[in-house]
Amino acid sequence: MQGNALDITTETRHLDGVLRPALIVCGVLATIGIGGSLLLAKGSEGGMDHLLETYLVSFAFFLSISLGALFFVLLQHCTRAGWSVVVRRVAEALAGNVWLMAVLAIPVVLGMDHLYHWTDAAAAAHDPLLAGKLGFLNPSFFIVRLIAYFIIWGVMASFLHRTSIAQDKSGDPGLTLRMERFSAPGMVLFALSLNFAAFDLLMSLDPHWFSTIFGVYYFAASVVAFLAVMPKILYGLQTRGILKNAVTVEHYHDFGKLLFGFTVFWAYIAFSQYMLIWYANLPEETEWFLKRQTGEWTTVSLILIFGHFVVPFLLLVSRFIKRRPLLLALTGGYVALTCWVDIYWLVIPEFSPGVARFGLLDILCLLGMNGVFSAAVLFRLSRHSVIAEKDPRLEESLAFENA
Amino acid sequence: MSTGNTTRSDRAALYGYLVAFDKVDELLVAAAAVRDAGYTRWDAHTPFVIHGLDVAMGVKKTVLPYIVFLAGLTGAAAGILLQWWTNAVDYPFLISGKPLFSLPANIPVAFETTILFAAISALVGMLALNGLPQLSHPLFSNRSFKRVTDDRFFISIEAQDPLFEVAKTRELLESVSDQPVEEIEELS
Repeated sequence: MQGNALDITTETRHLDGVLRPALIVCGVLATIGIGGSLLLAKGSEGGMDHLLETYLVSFAFFLSISLGALFFVLLQHCTRAGWSVVVRRVAEALAGNVWLMAVLAIPVVLGMDHLYHWTDAAAAAHDPLLAGKLGFLNPSFFIVRLIAYFIIWGVMASFLHRTSIAQDKSGDPGLTLRMERFSAPGMVLFALSLNFAAFDLLMSLDPHWFSTIFGVYYFAASVVAFLAVMPKILYGLQTRGILKNAVTVEHYHDFGKLLFGFTVFWAYIAFSQYMLIWYANLPEETEWFLKRQTGEWTTVSLILIFGHFVVPFLLLVSRFIKRRPLLLALTGGYVALTCWVDIYWLVIPEFSPGVARFGLLDILCLLGMNGVFSAAVLFRLSRHSVIAEKDPRLEESLAFENA
Repeated sequence: MSTGNTTRSDRAALYGYLVAFDKVDELLVAAAAVRDAGYTRWDAHTPFVIHGLDVAMGVKKTVLPYIVFLAGLTGAAAGILLQWWTNAVDYPFLISGKPLFSLPANIPVAFETTILFAAISALVGMLALNGLPQLSHPLFSNRSFKRVTDDRFFISIEAQDPLFEVAKTRELLESVSDQPVEEIEELS
């Protein structure tokens, strides 16, 4: 039983006039970011290496947003969720950006020799551990795997987006069933591919180290990142008159609840990984945390504990912020930044032990990729209605109220 | 049935009025009307959760979350204290070369006691705030009220309500429902 559904016949559901100025802002961001970071990197010694490293951070961060979105869309179909129908198109557009991320993976592949120690055949010759992993960790298989991941994610995201758009025209409820049937096995594929991608892209930065929960850690980070940016995007659309009535405070409240839950989940997984390694105290496992607990990285670790867990926990535990769209959007933006710091903390200590050399280059690179990523999302959103028009559960979503 | 000559004291004390509704929408409208009339001691009874009923009834926010939060904090502190006292003070016990009091090892237990305290306080607090357990209730003596677990929706207004007036309250309920307003007697 629900309250009365809103009438949204007059709702603004196309980006139209908003698209152009937004794309210009994105373009400026991208130009400043890419141009500035390249100039800065060229001008300093080892700058290109540093750029490549921070590029991997931002790449993994924006990939995590797309993957979080893909997970969200799959989950809504798996659970036949009604509340989320009105926000699902935005998530579909974010998920569709895995195709963009596939293109943005090219610099990572080209810079493989610098980023991944295991690509060095000479090193493997003296290192029995590397030699033993050569069957898996070698450049050609790495590239094949990356291609496979992006095809899996891209096909899933495109299928769910296209089918939903086809429903906008035909209104065929059978399409919903089809997406639901697709999503359950899709979820299994998603879990496997995300796990291995996390192993390949981030864990193999230290090829000696291994942690079976690492994939889950990246999964938790992905879902948090997606849930953090979602209120921000919705708020941005609404202040420009789009989805103004269809998305209500109830939808924000649910994003707040999910963000709260997955923030706790992230902390739970992070601690699970830490505690087992700390307790067993085996040198081949503890070295990874040792790197992140020496020098300036100690501070970054503490920033993560408090900034990425304690503060969001306290902010989101009550209804207060969750039911105020602007405050939730701001909180989400803050959490998204800590998600980026989290990935920075995963990657950079491998290249810069002891020194958390955060600087302008990192900011420029993040801004540049933000411009490209946002432009692609906006473009994808602008081509269709931002509401899943004839979804059989749209009424339910419009009338949704938290009990 | 009651005439002007019978006084309240002749019979069992009046608990309040009860009125039934066939549809959720009718209930929501009626609840809003009772809320707007300013009543405070009244309730809506339904077979299942109805979204939007809280707003229609003007139910105030519960204090339960604060109780649970405080209990959770207490649980975390209790868990840490317990481990500190037993492992590091009362009976120092060295395990695999770790410091006698080391936070990472204590977090799982502290986490569990947090959940335990929070969950118990949520249950006990919910019962206490609702005045439960209660062995019986005046409404249960009404025959038609039995359908509240099946396909009827009800509103009851207690005679204890400061605004309650035999005639006026009955009039209000009659105006919001096309079904008869019933008198409910206090438990004897």
